[in-house]
Amino acid sequence: MSGETPVLETPVLETRSLRKSFGALTVASDIDFRLSHGARHALIGPNGAGKTSFVNLVTGVLQASGGAILLEGADITQLAQSDRVKRGIARTFQITALFRGLTVLENVTLAVSERMGMAGDLHRPAGNRRAIIEESFQLLDDLGLADDALRPLKELAYGRQRLVEIAVALGLKPKVLLLDEPAAGVPSGESGIIIETIERLPSSLALLIIEHDMDLVFRLAKRITVLVQGAVLVEGTPKEIASDARVREVYLGERSHA
Amino acid sequence: MSKNGMTEKETAAASTIGEAAKEAASRRMALFAQRHRFRPVEALPWIAAVAAFFVFPAYLALGAQILATILYALSLDLVLGYAGIVTLGHAAFFGTGAYAAGLMAAHGMGEPFAGLAVAALAAAVVGLISGSVILRANGLPLLMQTLMVATMLYELANKANSVTGGADGLQGMVVKPVFGHFRFDLYGRVAYLYCLGVLFVGWFIVRRIVHSPFGRSLTGIRENEARMHAIGTPVFRRRLIAYGISAALAGVAGALVAQTTQFVAVDALGFERSGNILIMLLLGGIGRLYGGFIGVPLYMIAQDQFAEIDPVYWYFWIGLLLVLVVIFARGGALGVAARLLQRRGGRP
Repeated sequence: MSGETPVLETPVLETRSLRKSFGALTVASDIDFRLSHGARHALIGPNGAGKTSFVNLVTGVLQASGGAILLEGADITQLAQSDRVKRGIARTFQITALFRGLTVLENVTLAVSERMGMAGDLHRPAGNRRAIIEESFQLLDDLGLADDALRPLKELAYGRQRLVEIAVALGLKPKVLLLDEPAAGVPSGESGIIIETIERLPSSLALLIIEHDMDLVFRLAKRITVLVQGAVLVEGTPKEIASDARVREVYLGERSHA
Repeated sequence: MSKNGMTEKETAAASTIGEAAKEAASRRMALFAQRHRFRPVEALPWIAAVAAFFVFPAYLALGAQILATILYALSLDLVLGYAGIVTLGHAAFFGTGAYAAGLMAAHGMGEPFAGLAVAALAAAVVGLISGSVILRANGLPLLMQTLMVATMLYELANKANSVTGGADGLQGMVVKPVFGHFRFDLYGRVAYLYCLGVLFVGWFIVRRIVHSPFGRSLTGIRENEARMHAIGTPVFRRRLIAYGISAALAGVAGALVAQTTQFVAVDALGFERSGNILIMLLLGGIGRLYGGFIGVPLYMIAQDQFAEIDPVYWYFWIGLLLVLVVIFARGGALGVAARLLQRRGGRP
């Protein structure tokens, strides 16, 4: 919305007039959105604003009713979810969606072997794929999860499961990572580790963080888009958003004080 | 070295810690990487099967049926236990294989291995075609559709009197000797060894698949399908391939029963054939590869014994056994064994 920043390069991810409706219910109405390379971008909005629907549209869980989604300038609107992942879009889930009965390491190897195109292999034992196992282990080590590698995921504390959630997505080596409420459900004492982990992610990776927790948003995001009733209300720097009257009115609930 | 203000001793200590951690890490990775290695305990069923050949010469005909049914259970375990595809219609593939091999033998093409190959192919085709329609569903809708496919095939076989013999069953099978040499005998010795050999090959294939990256991704689909989509897995294709392979194996199992009994009843496609195998696998343990090796003999021998003791109500006793397993032995016999081992291993 704010036109001060001139756009010189193609954004890594872009949506043009993205629309989605279920009958009379519109969850996305003409969303124009640009995510630049290496972005630290947050998507905020009140409950039911259509944030998760936006993630589902971008990743291909939902098919758009209209408009276009572009990844590095290429139209991916019609691609299946798995093809979008191969092109470089990864996501995490608001409610941890992992392989609970498997070990932590195996959770990550599934993603890594899928990325390497080896997951369809019927012949060679998975255990012989040293490259996959070593890379997965390294990833866990980087996130401080090495000691948990061989434990079943369900035995981990929820905060650590949230880290595995990120590790699985990183195993896909994405260009764009959509983090859907990465600290949701984590006791406030533990959310620090998650924020630090996100801060340490490589700057080449473009991040879109969907979040309720304003502390987290203002700590991590360099840019914020506010979504209300499926439409972009305003976009700008954290400072601009914090001082925007409309945002205060709709999102921060200032209306009740007026 | 002393750049960070560390003394030499500290640096050395730090590097030992680093090395120890690295060692621990590589040990952990090695442990993880070895899971597909053959463990001695896995030889047990084969030792038992060979021993049974010598110890129970009077029961080899029953033994052959048990071995073929284990293969059938193994095929079910691949889709149900690993891929999480619930089915009440696996008899569709068992029966297709039985009829394929039966019809060949009834029309002068009784070479047993050719029969197995055609049975596998026919069942795989049925699996892939029906799977490409029904595998888009999950849970109860999927369960009902698998049941529907099997029921349709059952009625088809029942009505196609001129081809299948309908309710009277397929007569006139002439199965040629195995390897052109070993004729199926009255005592079931050749049948037993023939089934054992085929089961071994089937087990080898399934075991290999289960430990392959493909097999692991099936487990992932079972555990969390939404996440598999999100990591770029073509979930539908994986499930379909697994379903096709499983169907082929079930078809081979059906062919084994047809060839060794020289008869195909329309029951080969029946609901009981789908339901009982589920119970047998449940008794042994689902998703553990060896569930059928325990559950099938347990069920079939129990059936044999109960039928003798209580010919009228023997099914009641099978039901009671199942209820007890579900209440007191979750995960079947193998589940109980695993828990016992874990408890022992967990003791300080």
